[in-house]
Amino acid sequence: MENFITLTIDGVKVEVPAGTTVLEAAKKAGINIPTLCYLKDVNAIGACRMCVVEAGGRALQAACVLPATEGMNVKTNTPAIREHRKTLLELVLSNHDKKCLTCTRSQNCELQKLCRDLGVENGDRFAGAQNEYAIDNASPSIVRDNNKCILCRRCVATCAKVQNVGVIGATGRGFTTAIDSPWNLKLNDMACINCGQCITACPVGALYEKDETKQVWDLIANPAKHVVVQPAPAVRAALGEEFGMPIGTCVTGKMVAAMRRLGFDKIFDTDFAADLTIMEEGTELIGRIQNGGVLPMITSCSPGWIKFCETYYPEFIPNLSSCKSPHEMMGAVVKSYYAQKAGIDPKDIAVVSVMPCTAKKFEADREELAGTGYPDVDAVITTRELAHMIKEAGIDFVNLPDEDFDDLLGESTGAGVIFGATGGVMEAALRTAYEVITGEELTDVDFTAVRGIEGVKEATIKVGDLDVAVAVAHGTGNASKLLDMVKSGEKNYTFIEVMGCPGGCVTGGGQPIVSAQDKMTCDPKVLRAKALYGEDAGKAKRKSHENEEVKKLYDEFLGKPNSHKAHELLHTHYVKREKYSK
Amino acid sequence: MPDMKEKFDQLQQVIAELKDQPGALMPVMQKAQGIFGCLPMDVQKVIAEGLGVTLSEVYGVATFYAQFTLEPSGKYIISVCLGTACYVKGAQKVLDKLSEVLEVPFGKTTADGLFTLNPTRCLGACGLAPVMTINDDVYGRLTPDDIPGIIAKYREKEQA
Repeated sequence: MENFITLTIDGVKVEVPAGTTVLEAAKKAGINIPTLCYLKDVNAIGACRMCVVEAGGRALQAACVLPATEGMNVKTNTPAIREHRKTLLELVLSNHDKKCLTCTRSQNCELQKLCRDLGVENGDRFAGAQNEYAIDNASPSIVRDNNKCILCRRCVATCAKVQNVGVIGATGRGFTTAIDSPWNLKLNDMACINCGQCITACPVGALYEKDETKQVWDLIANPAKHVVVQPAPAVRAALGEEFGMPIGTCVTGKMVAAMRRLGFDKIFDTDFAADLTIMEEGTELIGRIQNGGVLPMITSCSPGWIKFCETYYPEFIPNLSSCKSPHEMMGAVVKSYYAQKAGIDPKDIAVVSVMPCTAKKFEADREELAGTGYPDVDAVITTRELAHMIKEAGIDFVNLPDEDFDDLLGESTGAGVIFGATGGVMEAALRTAYEVITGEELTDVDFTAVRGIEGVKEATIKVGDLDVAVAVAHGTGNASKLLDMVKSGEKNYTFIEVMGCPGGCVTGGGQPIVSAQDKMTCDPKVLRAKALYGEDAGKAKRKSHENEEVKKLYDEFLGKPNSHKAHELLHTHYVKREKYSK
Repeated sequence: MPDMKEKFDQLQQVIAELKDQPGALMPVMQKAQGIFGCLPMDVQKVIAEGLGVTLSEVYGVATFYAQFTLEPSGKYIISVCLGTACYVKGAQKVLDKLSEVLEVPFGKTTADGLFTLNPTRCLGACGLAPVMTINDDVYGRLTPDDIPGIIAKYREKEQA
């Protein structure tokens, strides 16, 4: 039985399991102790001192690292504490650029909110020397502006501990301390995997995506360009949050309506391409199993994961599926099949991807991803950037009617939808592989063993006479653990799904940012995945190979899955990358 | 003097000896600095790979502690005392003059590799304030005007 303890916080008695911190216990007592450097499950270092409380010690103590003890009497709101917190904020502001009006995080900034909530009146109280940093915008995905950095180290912990990458860290000492790469190298010169998890960890505007909305506006405004847009599965599970809707609201219809009003010429669905991916990847897997190919085969939808594998685990490159990621497949199909059908020269078509992901910006620049001789995808914007465009256009998102994707490349099954959650690609692949291999109908399509947010999930699936051992990892830190077990021979699998971000795409680096305070009481990984599984369950068709438009694409254009033409357009190759580029 | 290959072999040996100890990073870095005189990028990469930590972590430690240096020090290390007594007696002006004569900012080494200019804490010779040391030589009751002559002495010695 779990050991419980009772303590008093601001006069309220609470009972919590032993091992709970005072910060967590206070939540139970209905008190939100302010935090800056704390990030649940990622960073608890008591560094920023915002969360200090009086707990009987001789000094104020940081609640995020203070274990609750039996009979403890905690005060979180005394004049001394309020004064302390306010002074801390004033000190942080003394070395902060305070350009809130033009900051990407304005109104979604933890520092700004605390200053307002805690009544900081004078941001210049400790005006003095201020560090000035050049903005690092060399990466195609991530911009770092240290003039806004408050040295909380949430990004550092995320990069090193969650993702096992560690390309940024605290450098120097005292006033010259900066979060930086060694030798002031730019992020782009480091083995950064472009996942953008640092962005979603940042409490302020020191990290944000490389903005491409201007390019997209220009494409839309250019009469010579036929602009096709496609949203990834996970976008619809989070976009509503940018407009005040609760986390986990699915806004597919409104999203399509908004895109139409923004002026895109065609609105196709990356979910369609996800179904297409299953046809190609499923066929590739069956081929590898039957022809003694390299196993385990590992999914290739996540460009952050791909770059991680190319850099840190190049020995697994032969295991990677040769399938392009879904949005790249869509781009190639749009510029070939659709171009032909619509009678438009592919050079006049621009494909815009709306992705929950910052690594997709890097991926779209990969030279090999140009199946038609033109780049498969011309611009990638994140969910956040799309929200920004909708706001800029004055579209009343919440009150939009639900609209449908355009025909030809707009149909999707439930299997395509769940690509956005960890385990989704695996589940979608199993639904199709089962029927293709056994020739029997799969009646229960829910492979719940591969759902959920456990770091590494395993299952053995009975497919006819075959026992297929599968594993799912999300977050490259978890992927490392899984690959190390495969490498040592401790584990053996046929098929592995890896997503670069914890939770999969629903909590990708391009998704709406949830504050550390909100993450203490809800898990966006769970809530957004639920929205996708809900949409899947509501679909009449839930297996990729039942997608009529996908069938038509094969009948009219590609022939069979893994055909020569499919290989030309839908498959790719990978390169070994150096861990240190200089 | 051992060549670079020998030095890297020595470093690998140090890593092999210490890598299983908890908190091996700092001792390895100290020994590495002993071998190479400083901690340049190639050395830090070997340490990171050898200990299974990130380069960011090694670099973070290297830039946090004043004892670690990323660049080789000069043949002559000039330490200018900025303790209270020296400071009130004008040590800052002495330091500024040195920076001017050597054409090098504080903490850096001259292009010819001869001099490293280090401001330091109290050297314990307050009676001689303002004071500086050049390797083991102590110079007291300095004025900025003394500086060009002192530096010239070392340069002449090198040319001889």
